Amino acid sequence: MIHLNIGPIIRKEFRQIRRDRRALGILIFLPAFMLVMVGYALNFDVKHLAVAVYDEDKSSTSRDFVAGMVQSEYFDLRYAVKSKQEIDPLLENGDATVAFVIPNDFSRLLLSGKEARVQVLIDGSNSNTASIAQGYVALAVQDYSNKILVQWLEKRGKHLELPITIEPKLWYNPDLKSAKYLIPGLFGLILMIVTVISTSLSIVREKEQGTMEQLKTSPLWSNEIILGKTIPYLLISIIAATIIMIFGWLLFDVSIKGSIPLLYGAIILFLIGGLGQGMLISNIAQTQQVAFIMSVFSSLLPSFLLSGFVFPISSMPWVLQAISNVIPAKFFLVVVRSIILKGVGLPAFWEQFIYLFLFALITIGISTIRLQRELSR
Amino acid sequence: MIQERNDSYAVVVEGLTKTFGPFTAVDDMHFKVRKGEIFGFLGPNGAGKSTTIRMLCGLLAPTTGGAMVGGYDVGKDPDSVKAIIGYMSQRFSLYDDLTVEQNIRFYGGIYGLPGSRLEERKSWAIEMAGLKGKAGSLTRTLSGGWKQRLALGCAILHEPPIVFLDEPTGGVDPVSRRNFWDLIYALSSAGTTVFVTTHYLDEAEHCNTIGLIYSGRLIAFGSPTELKHKLDQYKILEVVCGNPVDAMDALQTQPWVVETSIFGSAFHVSTTGLQDPEESIRSELTRQGIPVDRIEGIPPSLEDVFIHLIAEEDKQ
Repeated sequence: MIHLNIGPIIRKEFRQIRRDRRALGILIFLPAFMLVMVGYALNFDVKHLAVAVYDEDKSSTSRDFVAGMVQSEYFDLRYAVKSKQEIDPLLENGDATVAFVIPNDFSRLLLSGKEARVQVLIDGSNSNTASIAQGYVALAVQDYSNKILVQWLEKRGKHLELPITIEPKLWYNPDLKSAKYLIPGLFGLILMIVTVISTSLSIVREKEQGTMEQLKTSPLWSNEIILGKTIPYLLISIIAATIIMIFGWLLFDVSIKGSIPLLYGAIILFLIGGLGQGMLISNIAQTQQVAFIMSVFSSLLPSFLLSGFVFPISSMPWVLQAISNVIPAKFFLVVVRSIILKGVGLPAFWEQFIYLFLFALITIGISTIRLQRELSR
Repeated sequence: MIQERNDSYAVVVEGLTKTFGPFTAVDDMHFKVRKGEIFGFLGPNGAGKSTTIRMLCGLLAPTTGGAMVGGYDVGKDPDSVKAIIGYMSQRFSLYDDLTVEQNIRFYGGIYGLPGSRLEERKSWAIEMAGLKGKAGSLTRTLSGGWKQRLALGCAILHEPPIVFLDEPTGGVDPVSRRNFWDLIYALSSAGTTVFVTTHYLDEAEHCNTIGLIYSGRLIAFGSPTELKHKLDQYKILEVVCGNPVDAMDALQTQPWVVETSIFGSAFHVSTTGLQDPEESIRSELTRQGIPVDRIEGIPPSLEDVFIHLIAEEDKQ
């Protein structure tokens, strides 16, 4: 049996991590900080939009219409203005996002069975919010006019069933909370940072200090050095992943629907790829600063921008879509969201699993060969 | 291929060559280092000292030729070589963010020292480095001399029969250098072979044997005394005068001057074939109008020897 002498390096690595505030910060506080930031601040839910109303009609019908609009949690009636001129500054200053202008013939037209027009002004500077607001308005108006139509027909003794009604039922994230969608995605981001940055920095630091040369003249095998230097970061990353899961559950009520062993399997596979990427960087970089910058540009940014964590890949130009296919976080996110939110098993995401396996195999393979060559010759 | 396996030698270098592309860093080197001696490996920066040491430590494979270290072939069996050598570089490869004791434990661990022996060697290393009572201090708080001795202690925790020291006294104050050489003597008298590179020539005087390397070639090999005898055919004089640069220029043109070299505020002149070189120099400088303060015949120093050998090498 081959005895691997990796204990001394692992112990040393943990001692150094405990003493190095920067490493501690990256490994522990960054995940916690990002979790809170993403969970609370990065919120795509569009609710409580400020509404301004100029009601020229001032009838019970128009008041009924407005009440119907703002009864949901999506709209808050903030301003009931007395002239059309007052609306512009409210939208310009961002005090109101949506404004309704109800003309003075609104109730008359409506009650006589004619088409009434309502002007809706939406602040389009945030396209995301604007399109969501537009959708809400359209649905609410549709609802209201259906109600009017049904009442009007009933008054004339006719009964109408609307031909099609929509009954949306949202699966996996019924409340449509961004946090539920984002926190599983945070895994990819945080784990990538922890593994890539810390692995590359810890190896390059040894080069900078000259201790790598000392290790090379020791009887340690190159594989013992590689394992000793990567296992601690693998363990810490697994702990970081566990912290994210616990906090996600405590703070944002994100529970894991699927198999926890499968989730850890995916995490470890993804982490091994990250370790390989960190080792590749340490092959090239000669100083910690260079290693840090390379790590951020090769892991943090792509994992944030091109993984589908926040921005949907399907709406990107084809060049970026093509690039996203080499970002492991993209595939990891599919796996993690499937396990945590949908609770589905391996058959749903085996392709992504194979990709993660290949990524890990390639990065670890190339970097191990390069590092072995560097260490033994 | 090295068939010879001579028990009285710790290091046997035969035809050792290393090329990097078109550049030959180490060129067909041959020498032997006896067991238990202090071997000084000297030469200007870039001469190939570090490349040679790296090959002998199994860090770098020779292009051609080879070397036996402690009976193992560095090209074929670098792992066995690594197990029986200690290596310490100029950078005192310690972990600054670990304590003295943690550094010792780490190096003891990677050399596979079992617990009881590690404890014993740890106390020895702390004592040797003069760090009693400082075992819990962070290494970054230590001064250069302490770090240097701790690095040596860590490099020889496993009591290797051969120790390679690559510029071990660089950047350390003179008192620490002196103390460090006492440690080297102690190691040598206990039977350890010490292979040391340095560019301090006063340190070279402390070595049993010296090898001088220049442009990748070994241009001199022997004890300090033997090397100085290489200059027996010349008479060397130290000259102190008002304008040493002009004086050296003037003397260089004389057929009896072998070479001149500056030494602090004075300069040395090697002469050949003269009965009274002092008088010849004085009359030549006076003829040039350069006032002479002092001329004195001196025994050759190692520095004179090396300057002479390097100048000879350059002429070829």
